[in-house]
Amino acid sequence: MDIVAELLAGSRLALSRAITAVENEYENATAIMQKLYPHTGRAHVIGITGPPGAGKSTLTDKLAKIYRRQGKTIGIVAVDPTSPFSGGAILGDRIRMNELTLDEGVFIRSMGTRGSLGGLSRKTADAVKIMDAAGKDIIFIETVGVGQSEVDIVKAADTTVVVLVPGLGDDIQAIKAGILEIGDVFAINKADREGAERLKAELDMMLDLDQVKAEWRPPINQTVASQGTGIEELIATIDGHIDYLAASGELARRRTARTRSELIALIEEHINRHVLKQISSSGQLDEMVASLEKRQEDPYAIVTRLLAAFLR
Amino acid sequence: MANESLKAKMAEYTAKVEKAAAKNPERQNLAHNRLYTPLDIEGFDYERDLGFPGEYPFTRGVQPTMYRGRFWTMRMYAGFSTAEESNKRYRYLLESGGTGLSCAFDLPTQIGYDSDDAIAEGEIGKVGVAIDTLKDMEILFDQIDLGKVSTSMTINAPAAVLLAMYIAVAEKQGVPADKLNGTIQNDILKEYAARGTYIFPPKPSMRLITNIFEYCSKHVPQWNTISISGYHIREAGSTASQEIAFTIADGIAYVDAAIKAGLNVDDFAGRLSFFWNAHNNVLEEVAKFRASRRVWAKVMKERFGAQSPKSWMLRVHTQTAGSMLTAQQPDNNIVRVALQTAAAVMGGTQSLHTNSKDEALALPTEDSVRIALRTQQIVAYESGLADVVDPLGGSYYVEALTDKIEKECWDYIKKIDDLGGAVAAIEKGYIQKEIQESAYRWQMDVESKQRIIVGVNQFQIKEKTPEGLLRVDAAVGEFQKNKLAKVKAERDNAAVKAKLAALEEACKDESKNLMPVILDAVKVYASLGEICGVMRKVFGEYEAHVSL
Amino acid sequence: MEKRIRVLVAKPGLDGHDRGAKVVARALRDAGFEVIYTGLRQTPEQITEAALQEDVNVVAMSLLSGAHNTLFPKVVKMIRDKGMKDTLIIGGGVIPDADIPGLKDAGVSAVFTPGTPTGSIIDFIKTNVK
Repeated sequence: MDIVAELLAGSRLALSRAITAVENEYENATAIMQKLYPHTGRAHVIGITGPPGAGKSTLTDKLAKIYRRQGKTIGIVAVDPTSPFSGGAILGDRIRMNELTLDEGVFIRSMGTRGSLGGLSRKTADAVKIMDAAGKDIIFIETVGVGQSEVDIVKAADTTVVVLVPGLGDDIQAIKAGILEIGDVFAINKADREGAERLKAELDMMLDLDQVKAEWRPPINQTVASQGTGIEELIATIDGHIDYLAASGELARRRTARTRSELIALIEEHINRHVLKQISSSGQLDEMVASLEKRQEDPYAIVTRLLAAFLR
Repeated sequence: MANESLKAKMAEYTAKVEKAAAKNPERQNLAHNRLYTPLDIEGFDYERDLGFPGEYPFTRGVQPTMYRGRFWTMRMYAGFSTAEESNKRYRYLLESGGTGLSCAFDLPTQIGYDSDDAIAEGEIGKVGVAIDTLKDMEILFDQIDLGKVSTSMTINAPAAVLLAMYIAVAEKQGVPADKLNGTIQNDILKEYAARGTYIFPPKPSMRLITNIFEYCSKHVPQWNTISISGYHIREAGSTASQEIAFTIADGIAYVDAAIKAGLNVDDFAGRLSFFWNAHNNVLEEVAKFRASRRVWAKVMKERFGAQSPKSWMLRVHTQTAGSMLTAQQPDNNIVRVALQTAAAVMGGTQSLHTNSKDEALALPTEDSVRIALRTQQIVAYESGLADVVDPLGGSYYVEALTDKIEKECWDYIKKIDDLGGAVAAIEKGYIQKEIQESAYRWQMDVESKQRIIVGVNQFQIKEKTPEGLLRVDAAVGEFQKNKLAKVKAERDNAAVKAKLAALEEACKDESKNLMPVILDAVKVYASLGEICGVMRKVFGEYEAHVSL
Repeated sequence: MEKRIRVLVAKPGLDGHDRGAKVVARALRDAGFEVIYTGLRQTPEQITEAALQEDVNVVAMSLLSGAHNTLFPKVVKMIRDKGMKDTLIIGGGVIPDADIPGLKDAGVSAVFTPGTPTGSIIDFIKTNVK
């Protein structure tokens, strides 16, 4: 049996190895994704993001446990930053989900950002698709919401939960960093700490200013994940969002938009790779640079010429 | 001004030696200055900073005559395999001149699991003695008069249960609780921060601890109810200053909790004790001991307003640093332990465990334990170090170092206060992170040879495979399980059920002291695992904060 | 290529001494590996399942309680039984020399005892990982 057949038959090892193939860009990665594609699109994908130390993993752990009690199967893709100095990473989310390890209805995979910019969001999206094809009902993508690449990662989610925490001192900064726009649901975690109410008030004010979210005003939940407080309510809010997505037609619109942007990204990636490979291996690229430096040609002329040649 | 003249001369000296050092360089990366003079202890006030031994702030020691009257308690940590085997080792140690017992428990016992629990597989009797029921405790202290011996028990999360068993055994021997002497470690905060054998979350754990304080102040008044431990923090890789700073911060948290529970500080503070590590850097260690006494005295008197001098005293048990033992050329460890012993004695410890040379390889054999005990006896009787109180007091270097460590300690305490106290600092992972940083730095220094460990990264030899190591018989697990099954078959199971139900109710009622209910349960041979199981059910389990 | 060596640093058994495991985890990270640390008190079942889900190249176990002869071979067997044939399995801790041949026979590729520089562990992994 090949890896895809094994995966579809329920092999957890095949599922795991398929993610590795995609992550490491093994030769069979494209073939795997091709064969799995018809089996995707079934799971509901929940993004969990927020600043470091907000308690995202613990929250994910508690949410997963409740969904498990409802009989749903779970996939979790947990992304942690790779050290820019060594290229290594401590992937530390799993440790907060240890109790889920032996639950056969749960599959957790930790991924490092590995310094790749464009590729990362596709790899995590592919990991989600692989878990989707393997039959997981709910898939969480958990990532630190600090930069654009992380925001891109959670674009693969149907429902995005932004986790904030009082007293980190960077509340407003985190909100400014683009997190506000992507949140469908907000969770103020560690809400037993001082400043939770103030943070909620600030957040309420900012959300009320945001006219784009007129139809779905993101609710704000308060949780203490470490004690399991407020988790049921958060699930109810998430489920409310899932219902809204279905009833309003927003889910279909979002997924169409996502399919489109994924296709565009793939086209860009492949055209890029194709064109760059050809012009660099043939030495054309160096010649072009040389001609630019001597001001014999301008870059726009080169691109127009290249495009004409490739599109012929 | 005399100081001006000294400053000028010091500058001259420095210029001279640095010129010379250009030709013959000094060793690099030394932690301390080249030379200490009165300039390094400017503002030093003898009466304020040192005072007299047995008097505030106790820098020079907690007793007026220190070891001129009685030596420190030579207390060897021991215990392995079954209660039967450990009982033999204890009697051997007492016959060899040991003056107190120190019980090591196996990991299932420390984490509140019975030997027949699946999770105990492979661990039964390995790092200490396995205790499942009162039966094991009766065997452990068979023919040892609990009215005469003082017993230290390294037990934390389930400390209340083991203490209850000890009280129950004493009762069977006819020794009343108010005649019992000893210590339970009972220090849960350092378990979260450094040692890892926790069970319950902080809140119920702190309740158990204050319940013990209260119970013992009434019924077991000579018992040291807690041994607030820096030892394991140091073993986990902290510096000397961090060791005492984090531990004193833990101590502050315990005192706070007890006061919040309605106890009067002077009713329990005199029974608090500490546990330090004796590391390799002899003089730094001596300064650490001295600084710790001064800081604690100020904490108790100024912060908590304790009135009784006994409440101000930091009494300390010490163990030589296990992490400094090397598996390479293990005989060298005898020398390390001797230096560490000297440090602990010059630092003024109240009791001492010396590690055996083979402990980086396995549990110690009887022979190596004897050498370790003899090391203490040689320092006591032959070295002269015990003949004078605080022999290093007044040394420019040691006083300057004492001041420096004290200052670093206060800085940490301030930082931890700002984070909301030791419990909050641990829950936020702050203390763990600080320890890990130090541990990593140490390891990198060793690997880059900035720090030399003899036989490990220099002066290596081709090693022979060590022989004669102690091995715990693999059959211990089965033996222990059978013994437990027999107890469970023979005891009054209806009574056990009733006592456990009573315990469950008491756990749910925060106003109840759990000690009497636990004592009732152990007396009918409810097992440690059953008792901790009930508490797990009500209290839940601690989830560690791990960050790397 | 974006390949990274992935290592599960695991603490089987009940001992809470994780200084070594944490120092090793950091050193491996600094050597460019992706490290997943399990935390304390992991059963062989949990370690095996984490290794499978994370598809690690290496499982590095640290144990100081003396339970290695029971727990290390059990982990090896469970990992192999799950079809992870190439996973490099190594161990460390207070382990008497006399136990090492038995552990190696059981499939533990290397045993690192106290005093081992982290560099030796890194080199061993780089040389032997598949």
